[in-house]
Amino acid sequence: MSNDNNEVLVDVQGVDRVFRRGSEEIHVLQKLDLQVRRGEFLALMGPSGSGKSTLLNLIGGLDRPSSGTVAIGGERIDGLNDRQLAAWRARHVGLVFQFYNLLPVLNAQRNVELPLLLTSLSAAQRRDHAVAALEIVGLKDRNSSFPTQLSGGEQQRVGIARAIVTDPTILLCDEPTGDLDQKSGDEILSLLQALNREQGKTIIMVTHDPHASARASRTVYLNKGRLLAEKPE
Amino acid sequence: MKFAGLVWSNLKRRKLRTALTVLSVLVAFLLFGFLGAIKQALVGGVEMADATRLIVRHRVSIVQLLPVAYEARITRIPGVVSISPQTWFNGIYQDPKNFFASMPVAPASFFDMYPELALPAAQMQAWQATRTGAVVGRALSDRFGWKIGDRVPLVSPIWPKAGASETWDFEVVGIFDATKKGFDTSAFYFRQDYFDEARQNGKGTIGWYTVRIDNPANSAAVAKAINLEFENSPAETKAESEGAFAQGFVQQFGDIAVIVTAILAAVFFTILLVAGNTMAQSVRERTSELGVLKAIGFSNEHVLSIVIAESLLIAALGGVLGLGFALLIVAAAAPALATYLPGFFLPAKNLVAGAGLIVVLGLVAGILPALTAMRLRIAEALRRSA
Amino acid sequence: MSNWFSQAASVTAFSLRTIGQRRGSVLTTAVGVAGVAVVFVGVLSIAAGFRGTMQSSGAPDVAIVLRTSANGELSSVLSREETQLIAEAPGVARAGGVAQSSAELFVIINLPDKKTGSDANVPLRGVGPAAFLVRDRLQIVAGRRFEPGRNEIMVGAGAARTSAGLEVGRKIKLGNNEWDVVGIFTAAGGSAESELWTDAAVLQTSYQRGSSFQSATVRLASPESYQAFRDALTANPQLKVQVQRQSEFYESQSGALSGFIEIAGFFIAAMMALGALFGALNTMYTAVATRVREIATLRALGFGAGPVIVSVLTESMLVAIVGGTLGAGAAYVAFDGFTASTLNWQSFSQVAFAFRVTPALLVQAIALSAFIGFLGGLFPALRAAKIPIAAALRET
Ligand SMILES: Nc1ncnc2c1ncn2[C@@H]1O[C@H](COP(=O)(O)OP(=O)(O)OP(=O)(O)O)[C@@H](O)[C@H]1O
Ligand SMILES: [Mg+2]
Repeated sequence: MSNDNNEVLVDVQGVDRVFRRGSEEIHVLQKLDLQVRRGEFLALMGPSGSGKSTLLNLIGGLDRPSSGTVAIGGERIDGLNDRQLAAWRARHVGLVFQFYNLLPVLNAQRNVELPLLLTSLSAAQRRDHAVAALEIVGLKDRNSSFPTQLSGGEQQRVGIARAIVTDPTILLCDEPTGDLDQKSGDEILSLLQALNREQGKTIIMVTHDPHASARASRTVYLNKGRLLAEKPE
Repeated sequence: MKFAGLVWSNLKRRKLRTALTVLSVLVAFLLFGFLGAIKQALVGGVEMADATRLIVRHRVSIVQLLPVAYEARITRIPGVVSISPQTWFNGIYQDPKNFFASMPVAPASFFDMYPELALPAAQMQAWQATRTGAVVGRALSDRFGWKIGDRVPLVSPIWPKAGASETWDFEVVGIFDATKKGFDTSAFYFRQDYFDEARQNGKGTIGWYTVRIDNPANSAAVAKAINLEFENSPAETKAESEGAFAQGFVQQFGDIAVIVTAILAAVFFTILLVAGNTMAQSVRERTSELGVLKAIGFSNEHVLSIVIAESLLIAALGGVLGLGFALLIVAAAAPALATYLPGFFLPAKNLVAGAGLIVVLGLVAGILPALTAMRLRIAEALRRSA
Repeated sequence: MSNWFSQAASVTAFSLRTIGQRRGSVLTTAVGVAGVAVVFVGVLSIAAGFRGTMQSSGAPDVAIVLRTSANGELSSVLSREETQLIAEAPGVARAGGVAQSSAELFVIINLPDKKTGSDANVPLRGVGPAAFLVRDRLQIVAGRRFEPGRNEIMVGAGAARTSAGLEVGRKIKLGNNEWDVVGIFTAAGGSAESELWTDAAVLQTSYQRGSSFQSATVRLASPESYQAFRDALTANPQLKVQVQRQSEFYESQSGALSGFIEIAGFFIAAMMALGALFGALNTMYTAVATRVREIATLRALGFGAGPVIVSVLTESMLVAIVGGTLGAGAAYVAFDGFTASTLNWQSFSQVAFAFRVTPALLVQAIALSAFIGFLGGLFPALRAAKIPIAAALRET
C-alpha cells in the first residue's frame, strides 16, 4: 500500500439502500457517494433515522447495498458473499459500538482476544497482542476484569482495544460516546484522535454530538438519504 | 479448539440452567443404561448361547418328560460329541418366595458341557463321593449365606421324595463360579442318580438334554437327525440350537425389546425437547452477542459450530455422567439381583451405543438454534441490542 | 384478604399474557410433562391390564382345590377318588342333584406365536362335565362346545388371537394325536381366554394320565359356604389338599409379574419425571428472568411478594397439568385395550391380556404432572419474590 495521503480508501458510489417493511419500501440511502481518504478522521452526523448506521454498516461489510458500489482500499466488497465478507471484516475492519457489546462471559483480555481467534496466531501471541492493545487504551491493569466490573468509559476502551487489536485498515465507530458522560466521552474522543494522529488510523465516526465532530478532521451530514458537506438548516 | 474457551464460558453464563439441562440429560442416560442392563438380563441368554450346543426337549412342550434311554440313542447320532440331561425340579427352600432354579444333573457331563461354569476339582470329587451332595452358584450361596457343609432341605411340588418324608435333604459340597461375565450362577444342582432313585414317580424320565455337537455349521442337520430318530414315538423331540431355545423363551415374554425401545424413545424425545429448548433460549438471549461475533469477522460456519459445540458439550457432560452412574448402580445392584435377574450388567456395546446417542442428541438439540444463530442478519442483530 | 386475591389474580393475568412470547419453551415444558404422563400411563396400564385379567378370572363363590405341596396347577396331582370326595363335600353347589365340581387336567403345549412364529407355551385344560356350570361367564362366540369323548378342543379368544392355527375347522397335532378346533369362547376377559379346553377324560388318555387329575374347581352354594367347604376338606385325613378361593388363587398367580412391571414402571416414570422437572425449572426460571423488570415494577407499585409467587406457581402448574392431561389422554387412546400376551412365570404359560388405562391411572398421571408443575414453579417463584426491586428496575 502507498503512503500517499491523498489515496482514496473508502469509495462509495451511487449507493441505494432500500428496506422493505411489509409492502412498503423505505429508501434510506439514495444515489449516495462518499470518498474517505486514508488517514482521515471523518465524523458522520445527521438526525436520528437518517441512515448513518446503515451507511456505516455498508462500509464495514455488515450489509450490502441495494445498488451501487462500495470499494475499500480498491477492493469491491458489495459483491462478496457472506463467507468472504466475514473474512474481509476480520482482516480490515475494527468496530466500536455505542453499547460496547462486550461478551459478558469473557474478561477484558479475552474480549480483546476474540478477533484474534480468527487469525493463525498462537495463544501466547494472542495474549501479547491483547495486552498491548489494552495498554494503548490505558487499561493495562484491568486485563482480568469482567465487563460488569468496568465503568461505561472503561468498557468502551475495551471495545476500542478489541477494534484495533487486529490492526485493521479502518475503524468504524457508531456513536462511541453516545452512552457516556461528558468526561468519559472526551477521554474516548482523545483516544480516537490519538489513534488517528499517532498511528494514522482511518476512522469514520457516527455521532450526534457537535463536541465529538469537532475532534474529527472532516464532518459530513446525512439528510433524507443524501450527504451534505454543510449542516442543513 | 481455540474456541473451546468461548464455548465453555457460554455454558458458565447461566450455571443453573446448564446444570439443569445436564441433569436432565443425565437422567435420560441413566435410564438408558439401566434399561439396557434389564434387557441384557432378559435377553442375554441368547447372546450367551454356545453355537455348538443344542437343547433337546419334548415336542409338545418342555414340561413333558423324555425317557433316559434317549441319551444313548442321541449319543450315537453323527455329529454329537457329548450329552447331559437336566430336569426342572422346582425346589422350594422354606418359602416359595425364595425362588431359585434347581435341577438334577450328571456331575461330570454337566460341567463338561458348561465350561462357562467352574467348580474346583476337589469339590467335584467331593460331589462324586456324596450321593446327596449339591453344588450351588456363587450368587445363590451369597444370597442365603450357604457354605460348604451346610444342609439345605428342599420341597418339590413336582417331585415328592419317596419314603416317610417328602422333603429332600441336600448337603452343599461345592460352590461354582462363572468364567464368563453375565453367566448365571443362581442355580442349584444335585445328582441325577440320587434323584432318580429317591423320587416317588416318573422314574426313568428327565426334562431335557443338552447336546454338544462337533461343528456349529451342522447344528440344523444334527437337530433334524435327532428329531427324525424319535419321530412317531410316544415322546417326539424338538431339538434346536441353544440360541434358538433361549430366543424362543425370550419371545414368550412378549416384545421386551420393543417395549424397552419405545420407553427409551419417549424418554429421549422428552430430553431432546428440554435440551433443545435450553439451547434455543441461550441463542435467543445472545442475539446481539452473536451479532457482534459476526460483525468482527466470525463466519456463519464459526457461529454454527460454536452453538453446536455447546450443545454437544452439554450432551456429553450429561451423557457421560449418566452412563457412569448407570454403570455404578448396575454394578452395585447386580449382586442383590443376581438370583432374580442373573446376567444383569451393562454390556460394552450399550456404552458404545450410548456414546453414539450422546452425539446424536447433542447435534439434534443444537441444530435448530445453531441455524437460527447462523442466519442472524448482523445489522438487525445489532439493532436489536440498541 | 380479598385484596390479596385480587392482587394475585391480576399478577397472574399479567404473567399469563406473556406466555405467547415464550410459547417455544412453554410448549416444550408441556410436551415434556406429557411425555412423562404417556410413559407412566403406558407402563402401568400393562400391569393394570395383566392384574385385571387375573382378577376377572376369579369369582368369590368358586374355589380351587390343589394338592397340598403344589404351587400351581401344573405341579398338582389329584386322584379320581380325591376329586370325588371333593365333589361330595359340604358347601358345594348342586344343580339337579349333580355337584358343580369340575375335576381338571392342566398341561402345557407349544403352539407357534402368530407374530413371531416361535413356540409359545399355551395351556390346554381338560375339564369335567360341570365345568360350564362352575365357570358360568364362559360364552361361545364361534362354533360350538367340544363333545365329550372326542378329540375336540374349544379355544379361548385370547389364545385364538395370539397363537397360529386356532381357527374353527382347523386341526392341530399334539404328539401323535390330532385335535379338531370346534369353537371359540370368551370368559369375561379372564385368563381362561388364554386357554384351550377339551374333555378331561380324552386328555387323560392321550397324555397317559390314567385316572388322575390336577385340580378341582368347585362352585360353592354361596360365597359364605367357603369356610365350611375348606374346613371339611382340610379336616379329611383321606385328602392332602389345599383350598383357595378362585379370586385369591389368580391374585397369587399374577402377583410377581404385575409387581415387577409396576416397580419398573414407577421407577422409569420417576426418572422421567425428574428429567421433565429439570426442563420445567429451566422454563420457569427463564420466565422469571425475562419478567424481572415487570415484577420489580409491580413490587415498586406496592404489590406483595405472595401474589408474585402465586402467579409463577399458577402458570407452571397450569402448563404442567395441561401437558399431563393431554399426555394421559394420548396414552388412553394409544394403549387402552391394546392386546398383548406374556409368559406368566407362575403358571409357566401364556396369558393374553389387554392393557387397561384405568381412571385411577389417569388421575395419578395428572396428579404427577401437577406435582412436577408445582416443584418446577416453586423455586423460580421464590426467586421472583426475592428480586431486589431497586437493582431490577435499573436492569436493561
Ligand atoms: N433492517 C431494517 N429493516 C427495516 N428498516 C430499517 C432496517 N434498518 C434500518 N431501517 C430503517 O432505516 C432508517 C435508518 O436507520 P439507521 O439505523 O441507519 O438510522 P440512524 O441514522 O443510525 O439513526 P440513529 O441516530 O437513531 O441511530 C430508519 O428509519 C430505520 O427504521
Ligand atoms: Mg444509528
